Amino acid sequence: MPLILDHISQIYNADTEHPVKALDDVSLVIPEGQFIGVIGHTGSGKSTLMQHLNGLMKPTSGTISYNGQDISDKDFDKKELRKHVGLVFQYPEHQLFETDVFADVCFGPKNIGMSKKETELAAFDALRKVAFPEDLYYASVFELSGGQKRRAAIAGVLAMKPDFLILDEPTAGLDPVGRYEILDMVAKLHKEAGITIILVSHSMEDVAMYVERVVVMDHGRVAFDDTPKEVFSHSEELEEMGLAIPEPMKITKKLIELGIDADPGALTATEAADSIYEALKKTK
Amino acid sequence: MIRDITIGQYYQTESVIHRLDPRVKLLGTLLFIIALFNYKNPLGYVLGIAFLFMVIKLSHVPVKFITKGLKGIVIIMLMTVLINLFLTPGTAALTLGKVTITYEGIATAFTMMLRLMLLIMGSSVVTLTTTPNNLTDGLEKGMGFLRVFKVPVGDVAMMMSIALRFIPILLEETDRIMKAQLARGADFESGNLIKKAKSLVPVLVPLFVSAFRRAGDLAMAMEARCYRGGDGRTKMKPLIYKKRDVIAYLILFSFTIGSIFIGRWHVISDFFYSLYVNYILK
Repeated sequence: MPLILDHISQIYNADTEHPVKALDDVSLVIPEGQFIGVIGHTGSGKSTLMQHLNGLMKPTSGTISYNGQDISDKDFDKKELRKHVGLVFQYPEHQLFETDVFADVCFGPKNIGMSKKETELAAFDALRKVAFPEDLYYASVFELSGGQKRRAAIAGVLAMKPDFLILDEPTAGLDPVGRYEILDMVAKLHKEAGITIILVSHSMEDVAMYVERVVVMDHGRVAFDDTPKEVFSHSEELEEMGLAIPEPMKITKKLIELGIDADPGALTATEAADSIYEALKKTK
Repeated sequence: MIRDITIGQYYQTESVIHRLDPRVKLLGTLLFIIALFNYKNPLGYVLGIAFLFMVIKLSHVPVKFITKGLKGIVIIMLMTVLINLFLTPGTAALTLGKVTITYEGIATAFTMMLRLMLLIMGSSVVTLTTTPNNLTDGLEKGMGFLRVFKVPVGDVAMMMSIALRFIPILLEETDRIMKAQLARGADFESGNLIKKAKSLVPVLVPLFVSAFRRAGDLAMAMEARCYRGGDGRTKMKPLIYKKRDVIAYLILFSFTIGSIFIGRWHVISDFFYSLYVNYILK
């Protein structure tokens, strides 16, 4: 079932002298099965938007519907929604609280009413999906490394078996190796488990490499909503919003200016390298 | 939900009250509170209310924002009113079976409520118009005389400003953790008291962990910048009295005198009356 956002606005401090428009007339349709990247500068409203998607925040105006039902409705079961739309917050390792990893991962499925057996199976399954080291299943959550904690926290949401998985800056504060491990894992979840992924990030490289659709947020509005190739072709506008296009694209753009016939739409380093190689071969 | 707490919050805007020296505001609150507890007749409260609303008007803080702070003490206020209403001896105004409400009870209950409301509103005005930093600076200077008694005023002021600074950070953190656990299907609202208290464990454990982590980081950062305790530290913006502070002191002074005269008018008039009777008539 798709998630539909219809003209959502969110205003903070409406009753003071300094009202802040965090979201301004946002309309989006999120069909099942997509891998979507949401990018935007700090304070562009991307995190706020994500909290609306599973009913943690109520829009000031506009409606969000899931399964054809308005989620702000009084008799709509928010828990049911959260079962289907999993949200992994920024620095999710800060929410770990149980005595060991396995118990913490069990927290979510237990809350949504799974039986003990189902809960444990779901927890094992989730921990395996995030490639969490097996010998640490019963270690204290405070003994883990940063990357391991993050995996455990993501598993905690994954164990609820959501159809939609929203990840808010899942790579923040990790080293490059850790980043790609997490992103590869997310891409695998999308491909193999068929989960709809919404990846919030401010890193263009992350987004360009993995997603099939990019939503650019700027000052609470949706500035672009298209394929990565199409979105990153608007490099000037993106720069005005404080966003940079991926590094490989910058290089091919410079080379094209110098008269080398590289592909301006090459998103990743490999694609760019190939197109530059082809172009150079042609010039010789 | 947690953002409703206004005590200790700062409301940013431009006004005379905001620019006043914090020492003036602190002494003002103290005098205002003393005045409130001294009023023995209704006229005094009229003066107190008038003074408070004059200050609120000058501070450009919306009244709605100040009264929001009253929400937190509704239960205390109700208890005070009920206890005073039913337990004050005097002339019966209304008898319902075994309980009686007296005229005196109604009067004390009303004044008590008024007093509490003015008290909270008066102190909210100060915290709403003074940044926490300014407030501790004012306290440090104002309490400076305690150094004579070997009280580490500088250290205490530093601890206070850190504590105040952390209130909004920890509130935000609580909000974030609660949301994160809600997203994992946690339920903070339903169930009986024990179940509700238990449901807070997933919030409290991460909150404590993060508070300790932040405290450790802060201590490290302070050490790295060679913090060695309070005494002898100089200020970037030392507190210096300006003309407006002198004027504010004068207004405060006249308010206090006025409060004594109006609030205790019958005592004073009795005193003069007895003087008149005893010395002039005889």
